[in-house]
Amino acid sequence: MFRNQYDTDVTTWSPAGRLFQVEYAMEAVKQGSAAIGLRSKTHVVLGCVNKANSELSSHQKKIFKVDDHIGVAIAGLTADGRVLSRYMRNECINYSFTYESPLPVGRLVVQLADKAQVCTQRSWKRPYGVGLLVAGLDESGAHLYYNCPSGNYFEYQAFAIGSRSQAAKTYLERRFENFTDSSRDDLVKDAIMAIRETLQGETLKSSICTIAVVGVGEPFHVLDQGTVQQIIDTFETAAEQEDPATEPDAATGQEAAAEQGTAADQGGSTDEGAAPMDI
Amino acid sequence: MNFMASKQPENSLLGLESDSQRTLYVTCLISIELGSSLDVRYPYVTGTSVVALKYKDGILMAADMGGSYGSTLRYKSVERMKPIGKHSLLGASGEISDFQEILRYLDELILYDNMWDDGNSLGPKEVHNYLTRVMYNRRNKFNPLWNSLVLGGVKNGQKYLGTVSMIGVNFEDNHVATGFGNHLARPVLRQEWHENLSFEDGVRLLEKCMRVLLYRDRSAVNKLQIAKITEDGVTISQPYSLKTYWEFSAFENPAQGAIGSW
Repeated sequence: MFRNQYDTDVTTWSPAGRLFQVEYAMEAVKQGSAAIGLRSKTHVVLGCVNKANSELSSHQKKIFKVDDHIGVAIAGLTADGRVLSRYMRNECINYSFTYESPLPVGRLVVQLADKAQVCTQRSWKRPYGVGLLVAGLDESGAHLYYNCPSGNYFEYQAFAIGSRSQAAKTYLERRFENFTDSSRDDLVKDAIMAIRETLQGETLKSSICTIAVVGVGEPFHVLDQGTVQQIIDTFETAAEQEDPATEPDAATGQEAAAEQGTAADQGGSTDEGAAPMDI
Repeated sequence: MNFMASKQPENSLLGLESDSQRTLYVTCLISIELGSSLDVRYPYVTGTSVVALKYKDGILMAADMGGSYGSTLRYKSVERMKPIGKHSLLGASGEISDFQEILRYLDELILYDNMWDDGNSLGPKEVHNYLTRVMYNRRNKFNPLWNSLVLGGVKNGQKYLGTVSMIGVNFEDNHVATGFGNHLARPVLRQEWHENLSFEDGVRLLEKCMRVLLYRDRSAVNKLQIAKITEDGVTISQPYSLKTYWEFSAFENPAQGAIGSW
């Protein structure tokens, strides 16, 4: 049988110097629905695509407020994401209890990365199957970090994770040089555009995406659906005059479900019977 | 009383009537709960008042260098003001060894803060709040650190001046004082302090406070330091003395006007 000898537990090296279990965990991030983030000097915007697991269910929350100055967007195993955001909330509240000031974002990210790293070095543990985009504001300005299941972390100007995130990354790479001086509203617009790139054909509606903002004088908060729809309408009507949002909901629902099937195929390797990673 | 007794039969069984007996009863209960006898600890070597104020460019703080062993003036060169990290200055009155323990806590705190090496650092506000937590936590263990602390500092152009007592009472103000200074220096400061004090005027005002304290606080000694903290950092002066004049007629026989039993 073709079996990988080196992936039975996290701590086993392959002769090529790889840790397969860790790589599988990173694969779980790629299978999750997309999350993107971008920042200017003063603001950070997070966005994500909401995918329902089945037609009968609602979608899961992918953006969490950690504190007034920090929020996260996740891709991968939502359950792991919730555990980690609870940890982050705890760290923030403990810090502000002791020092009466907000925890610097960079420190929280390092603590989070250290927590993830431990799971790659203990045979009785498993890595977290979730990637986190951490948006935050502190004394040194606005920050956007990506935390990986491997325990690595990176700071970005703009980034995207999850299924079909490459399309969003391409969009962001084309435009990131202007982000530093972007206004908050332009940043939100770019976030929505980047999310649209990951949809591939499916029409962009406020019901399938969530946008959150943190910035100077603006505590982390998720934009309400009406606001997002308004922003979508401004450039959607400008771009095309087809028939915006007139199709009945059921039809789009089915379309979305069909799209999800193909999404899973493209995002990774699952076929219908396998455990769905696309949460 | 009868009504109360009927509602609390266990108390009347023990025959607890007076308040003092009840206090004793409660004290014993606390001792039992803590699993040890409630030993009250008293300070040994203590320092007296610290006085501090905001001035144009930062914070000025003054403290004398006496260390009293009870009412004996036992030590004459105790430094009671220390820099904490880059942005803070701490002054302490009360138990000197407890102050030294606090300095150890803060050394560790600042060390671990620096070890992040990420450009962030704890400012005076953070250190003050940390001290508040430490002091209140220790008083909750019925084992307070026997000090009144004054914390001043400047970070990002922001001046900060606050104080913490041994039981965790804390506040910020434009000028603060501990111990006797609260009674003798604060009134002077309230009258004469203003936002735009120059360095020279600030020092003069502090010296005025310290002189009043020297005259009327029997544990004050005439050897003091003045510390300054600005955006550029901390400087603590060499010890020096104030000019005094003891020939006022009221000083000649201080017991004369006092009605006492001796």
